[in-house]
Amino acid sequence: MDSIFFYIVAATAVISGILVVGCKNPINSALSLIMTFFSLATLYVMLDAPFMAAIQVIVYAGAIMVLIVFVIMLLNIRIESGKRYMHTRVMGAILGAVVLIETLYVIMRPASQNLTGGKGPVDAAMVLNVGHTELIGRALFTDYLLPFEITSILLLVAIVGAVLLAKRKV
Amino acid sequence: MDLLMPVVNFGAIMPELILSVVAMVLLLVNVFLKTEQKAYLGYLSLLGIGYSLYVVMTAWGTPQTGFSGSVLQDNFALFFKGIFLVGAALTVLIADQYVRREECNYGELYPLILFATVGMMLMASGTDLMTIFLGLEVLSVSLYVLAGFNRKNLKSNEAGLKYFLLGAFSTGFLLYGMALTFGATGTTRIAEIAKVAAASSAVVQNPLFLVGMLLMAVGFSFKIAAAPFHMWTPDVYEGAPTPITAFMSAGPKAAGFAAFIRVLMVALPTLKADWTDLLWILAVLTMTIGNLIALNQDNIKRMLAYSSIAHAGYALVGFTAGNSIGTAGILFYMLTYTFMNIGAFAIIILVGKKGEPNNNVSDYAGFGFKHPVLALVMTIFLFSLAGIPPMAGFMGKFYLFSGAVKAGYVWLAIIGVLNSAASVYYYLRVMVFMYMKDPTEQFDWVKMTVPVFITLIICVVGVLGAGIWPAYLLGLAQNAMPF
Amino acid sequence: MENGMIFLGLPVAYYIAMIAKVLVVFVCVLLTVAYATWAERKLIGHMQVRIGPKRVGPFGLLQPIADGLKLFFKEEIVPAQASTFAFLLAPLIALIPAFIAFAVIPFGGTIEVGGYKLPLQIAGYIADQPSGKVIDLNVGVLYILALASLGVYGIVLAGWSSNSKYSLLGGLRASAQIVSYELAAGLAIVSVFLMSGSLSLQQIVADQAGGVANWYFIRQPFAFVAFIVYFICSLAEINRTPFDLPEAETELVSGFGTEYSSMKYAMFFMAEYANMITVCAVTVTLFLGGWHEPIPQVVSIGGWEFYLSWANFVIKVYFLIFVCMWIRATYPRYRYDQLMALGWKFFLPLTLLCVVGTGAVVYFFPNGFWGALFS
Repeated sequence: MDSIFFYIVAATAVISGILVVGCKNPINSALSLIMTFFSLATLYVMLDAPFMAAIQVIVYAGAIMVLIVFVIMLLNIRIESGKRYMHTRVMGAILGAVVLIETLYVIMRPASQNLTGGKGPVDAAMVLNVGHTELIGRALFTDYLLPFEITSILLLVAIVGAVLLAKRKV
Repeated sequence: MDLLMPVVNFGAIMPELILSVVAMVLLLVNVFLKTEQKAYLGYLSLLGIGYSLYVVMTAWGTPQTGFSGSVLQDNFALFFKGIFLVGAALTVLIADQYVRREECNYGELYPLILFATVGMMLMASGTDLMTIFLGLEVLSVSLYVLAGFNRKNLKSNEAGLKYFLLGAFSTGFLLYGMALTFGATGTTRIAEIAKVAAASSAVVQNPLFLVGMLLMAVGFSFKIAAAPFHMWTPDVYEGAPTPITAFMSAGPKAAGFAAFIRVLMVALPTLKADWTDLLWILAVLTMTIGNLIALNQDNIKRMLAYSSIAHAGYALVGFTAGNSIGTAGILFYMLTYTFMNIGAFAIIILVGKKGEPNNNVSDYAGFGFKHPVLALVMTIFLFSLAGIPPMAGFMGKFYLFSGAVKAGYVWLAIIGVLNSAASVYYYLRVMVFMYMKDPTEQFDWVKMTVPVFITLIICVVGVLGAGIWPAYLLGLAQNAMPF
Repeated sequence: MENGMIFLGLPVAYYIAMIAKVLVVFVCVLLTVAYATWAERKLIGHMQVRIGPKRVGPFGLLQPIADGLKLFFKEEIVPAQASTFAFLLAPLIALIPAFIAFAVIPFGGTIEVGGYKLPLQIAGYIADQPSGKVIDLNVGVLYILALASLGVYGIVLAGWSSNSKYSLLGGLRASAQIVSYELAAGLAIVSVFLMSGSLSLQQIVADQAGGVANWYFIRQPFAFVAFIVYFICSLAEINRTPFDLPEAETELVSGFGTEYSSMKYAMFFMAEYANMITVCAVTVTLFLGGWHEPIPQVVSIGGWEFYLSWANFVIKVYFLIFVCMWIRATYPRYRYDQLMALGWKFFLPLTLLCVVGTGAVVYFFPNGFWGALFS
């Protein structure tokens, strides 16, 4: 049941991901991107990470994509000319094929050389017992307190910069 | 409710804290100042930088770690922090005259410079991939804005936009590399990464780990403008306001090196064989491409942009060597490069007119006859950049190349020396114009101001001092080597 | 029931109960939507000294059905220059989030059916029957926020795909407005998190048990501010009057809905009312004690408990819906710049203050604010 569901969601994510680059109409691309984000959020839920899922939807699908759609609407681009970007498409297809082959190579390796790599202190049992949100909160406000605080400086700089560069009259 | 308290040690981030606070105060004060009063912000920021520098000096020799291993303020970080602070101070000193002339006297300039410095310092002392990444982002975002700071100038806008787009792209590489490294080792602390990698060969052989290293190298190479990731440099350096160009060529490059060195040497010593080869290629490409294209440049800012690419290449030579003298050479070189490059840009600011229509090398024709002292100072900086004794540039290159020879990279050193010889051509070209062509202009608009005067004095003293008595600085730099 | 059939790890009864709950909630919300339109017309009519609908059925009670039939039989029109796919998709995107947000709202306590305890919450279940502990989505509030942030796409898409200036303007206004007020609404909810220490709606409601004094909206002064701000911002987020600029009929004809007709128009109409109900239900759950009764002593009389639990909830929700209509009858529409200034310059700082204030009160008065104040 879980694996069937996984394949459905994964297929949705991949197909909508392809549509993002494949659609000629930018709005349709944006919609496909939202769909991709949504599928990813579903995958997070299946990985017992509901907080990540909710944040994924709120931040990416809910806020960032609204802004992107907003910009597309303001610029009112109807259909971008397909020919102009043909060379990038060929390059993209080649790169994509390379990455696909690499991924297949990695997946097909024997199980003894598995790629799970290192594991941190958090495991699935801990997520279920303590709660996903609380674990993230703990990590964020203890071990990663400094990066968290730097983020606030980063946002301040970004706001100052945006106002400085974009305001009509400084 | 059991409260988990974070491990906090403000001492480890004191220089950053001071600068952040000063920058925020400046943002507030800025609101109440009229346009012609904005220079006060510059003085205030100098105070902050000075205090921060004082803290850096007093902290020398007493390594501190804080925030459960997110930062480590050791001598290595402190040395780099010193470089950044000096670079920021010199930039603030030369900025006022420029922004007045170009009529882009917005008070946000100074806080943004300070925030950029905070970002650089975090990169230098970060021992967690997240800290390094966020420091880099703070730095980059400030620089994107600063590059486009002259909003009415189209070239500045272009510089800001180009830098932003390419910078965001490279950030993607860096972050992806960090994510893969995290995936392979399960931690973001770079000391832990080294431990995990040393403990099991499965991690080292994991393709994720290798690809992570590669992608991080790409991201950092972009920041230090190493070929083939240097494409952004000439356009951005040319379009950005000149003080900002000076700033960008000194501090951020050093910050890129600081983080690059720390990540590769501390976190990934297990992959040393791989990344040394990579750095070898990068170094050769960077030096050669930078110098060859610089030969052909007419715009002096563009020329210095390519020259800065070449200089990153020299520094990479020392990095490839990976031994004490080579790495200490990078620190030494970055500090002296700050003096000579900002000094040279200070002269360019003095010579420039509004809108900078006269930035070509040929516009310096006869400058030596009209302003002999300034021309002499410029000559000192250019000689230093070319690596002619007794300037600091020579000693820096000497350490870098001798490090390479000691580590057995004789060919690399030879390529470096050849490159350095080729570079003399384009530096001398400026001097030829200054001293051997008849003046076509009167250069009567060139007015020295007190801050620029101070800057030039500091730079000249720095260049000559480090060139004639290099032992003290090199000793400090070697002390700063924790590896 | 304990030894019932197991399907995919859960007893079959669980699935039956789930489907039953979904059906009941869906039908109730639909009916409420239908009669909210009637009630709104009646109420506003009386407030404006008119009578409102009265022709169809007694007191005009069959009016919603007549409206529905009328819309159902109207002609479907897709403008020639519209982007057909997005045009058809938009009403669905607007409608669906409004309904599925109800999945996590606990609309009552626990009831016992055939010896099997059931929580009155669609996405909740009881794994451990004897203790009756309800397990629900532990990020329920975020789930609601996420869905609220998706509803905007329906309107934005409708505005864009219609290929009409009025629609586009409506869509633009909607997206800017919703993104702006989402922030303030989200931050106002942070006050609730601070008091409850949980993101699970079950626990938030459980924490508000024991009478009106425990309900979050008056537990602290800052929480009261947060409650007011949340309610107002939610109204703005769902484009209710006085924030209904995206469909301001005096300037934009009908805003994003200009080109829509027939059932697609009806879907937008339903989405608007369903959103209103959702917002009221969320507000009740977060701030007004959920399904808890205001005075606990009166209620615990034998088997009648469960009726009262959902009745409490329904009464509170209906009261808030009434407030929405009342506001609509009372206030004129905001101007657009006023709307933006209000959101960014007033509500956002205010909610930040609320977050700080609530946190401080929670930290310094762990045993309750009013008790400490008056003792």
